Amino acid sequence: MDKQKMSKFSIGNLFSRKKRGRTISFLMVIVAYVIMQTMMNTGSLSSLFSGLLVPLCCYIVAAIGLNLNVGVSGELNLGQAGFMSVGAFTAVSVSGYLAAGIPNPVIRLIISIIAGVIAAAVFGIIIGVPVLKLEGDYLAIVTLAFGQIIKSIVTNMYLGFDANGFQFSFVDNNTKLAPGGKMLLNGPMGATGTERISTFTMGAILIIISLFIVYNLMFSRSGRAIMAARDNRIAAESVGIGISKTKMLAFVISASLAGAAGALYGLNYSTLVPAKFDFNTSILILVYVVLGGLGNMTGTIIATVILVLLPELLRSMQDYRMLIYAVVLIVIMLLTNNEAVITRLKLLQKSFSKKTPGGAKNV
Amino acid sequence: MSDKRPVLDVRELGIDFGGLTAVNDFSMQVYDNEIVGLIGPNGAGKTTVFNMLTKVYQPTRGTILFDGEDTGKKSVVDMNKSGIARTFQNIRLFSQLSVLDNVKTGYHNRSAYSPLTAILRLPAYYAREREIDKNARELLKIFGLEEEAENLASNLPYGAQRRLEIARALATGPKLLLLDEPAAGMNPQETEELMDMIRLVREHFKIAILLIEHDMKLVMGICERITVLNYGMMLAEGSPEEIQANPAVIKAYLGE
Repeated sequence: MDKQKMSKFSIGNLFSRKKRGRTISFLMVIVAYVIMQTMMNTGSLSSLFSGLLVPLCCYIVAAIGLNLNVGVSGELNLGQAGFMSVGAFTAVSVSGYLAAGIPNPVIRLIISIIAGVIAAAVFGIIIGVPVLKLEGDYLAIVTLAFGQIIKSIVTNMYLGFDANGFQFSFVDNNTKLAPGGKMLLNGPMGATGTERISTFTMGAILIIISLFIVYNLMFSRSGRAIMAARDNRIAAESVGIGISKTKMLAFVISASLAGAAGALYGLNYSTLVPAKFDFNTSILILVYVVLGGLGNMTGTIIATVILVLLPELLRSMQDYRMLIYAVVLIVIMLLTNNEAVITRLKLLQKSFSKKTPGGAKNV
Repeated sequence: MSDKRPVLDVRELGIDFGGLTAVNDFSMQVYDNEIVGLIGPNGAGKTTVFNMLTKVYQPTRGTILFDGEDTGKKSVVDMNKSGIARTFQNIRLFSQLSVLDNVKTGYHNRSAYSPLTAILRLPAYYAREREIDKNARELLKIFGLEEEAENLASNLPYGAQRRLEIARALATGPKLLLLDEPAAGMNPQETEELMDMIRLVREHFKIAILLIEHDMKLVMGICERITVLNYGMMLAEGSPEEIQANPAVIKAYLGE
């Protein structure tokens, strides 16, 4: 009897805990933003650290998107950096083209990000339509290839414009711009001379928007369908859920968020080389997702913050930096997958929920 | 019964896997509000018939008329939309979803709204979700699962998982429910309860039920008509009494 009562406590908590997770992540982002912004304004933040804030936001947005794809939809995606690349170079080009026409950096930033999102979404659809009709790990293979292909394409792409319009060439720079023209993409050198219009505020807004999208989707008809298709494909079809359509939704939203992240990232540096978005970056984002917990957005944000800041904080260790980084990765992995640790955490949670029976009645 | 149009009308259905003919020349009718049993020795092709009826396999030969319409090359999803729901021999629940969410997935096409509505939390989202929540909880109540609503489906005891699978199938609003060995792994007490529940489902939802089952007590107890399948061929068809007295059926089950 007693035992039954206890289990009911945890049952009642399951639902409310989900919603609590959502509230916590929103609060966490807002509080962190306010603290960072205040510290920046009072000048108590080192330039190294404040320079990390925008890229950190980018990685968080890309990781939240990837978690929707990998954690919620259960499809492995090894090309998130490829979508970031598409978003970044689209946004940089759009911003460069519009620089004269729209002097207001905020409006230009928003337009560029939207362009980056659309470009990444288009690539997501192109890849998703054929691949997500298949069952198995094909998405992982194709996205892996996509990341490599996008890198090669951008590395060999020259794009410029002058009064007569756009000029485009591939492999060799054959563009002959009239005086007053401007190169947007310079092959292996990438985008140079970009006006840095990304702001930490925009980064925080993007995180909030992506959390909003992902959570609202997860707790809806589409979210249930995405998770149902992940848990049991055959059963999902038997209740009338179209698998490829559902997986497509998660994949394209994931790609779009990566596009937004890339756009913000690209506009944060005056120079951006295509090699920045390589396979390692894709894996890095995947590591944030896996360590943060599949399907767990709050965890993803925390993991991203720790793993982006850690190498910088360890800079004083010089050669031992990556060694310690690797050890920390392994320790987190062991701790979060250790039965003993998990049981103890659960016990702790149980004793906590016993003390506050008010939360248990939540249905 | 014969003057009524059948819900399900299967004519000369057959399927080959490579050179192997798994089911051949299979015909049967299921009428409104009827409970029909499909029995046969192991490997007779019963589940294959179910998989053809739901289009998990596209039949090689024959036609399936559902509600008077030829189902042609319809997909699994379309078959569900047109009104066939099923359960599985080996339980297939969405293990990481709550019991309530498992049932809610059944309303995917009945209370539909777009992903954009969900993301923007438009009024339609709240209206549909309220409707889904209310209906899903009512279904759980019928199946005695309302206490478990927030529990993970994979944490349910075996019998409750079987009930949940039926509830989820019913949530899709079928005209015909296919039950694949609903009593498998149940003790006599649980089987007894299951029989009551199947009758109740028929009364409450006014649907036809076609079931595969090895438990003869259940089959003979609730089915109005029985079709016997052996080696992919129809062996006999009739009332429980006729089937029990049929020498060919006895031979198929017990040998000579």
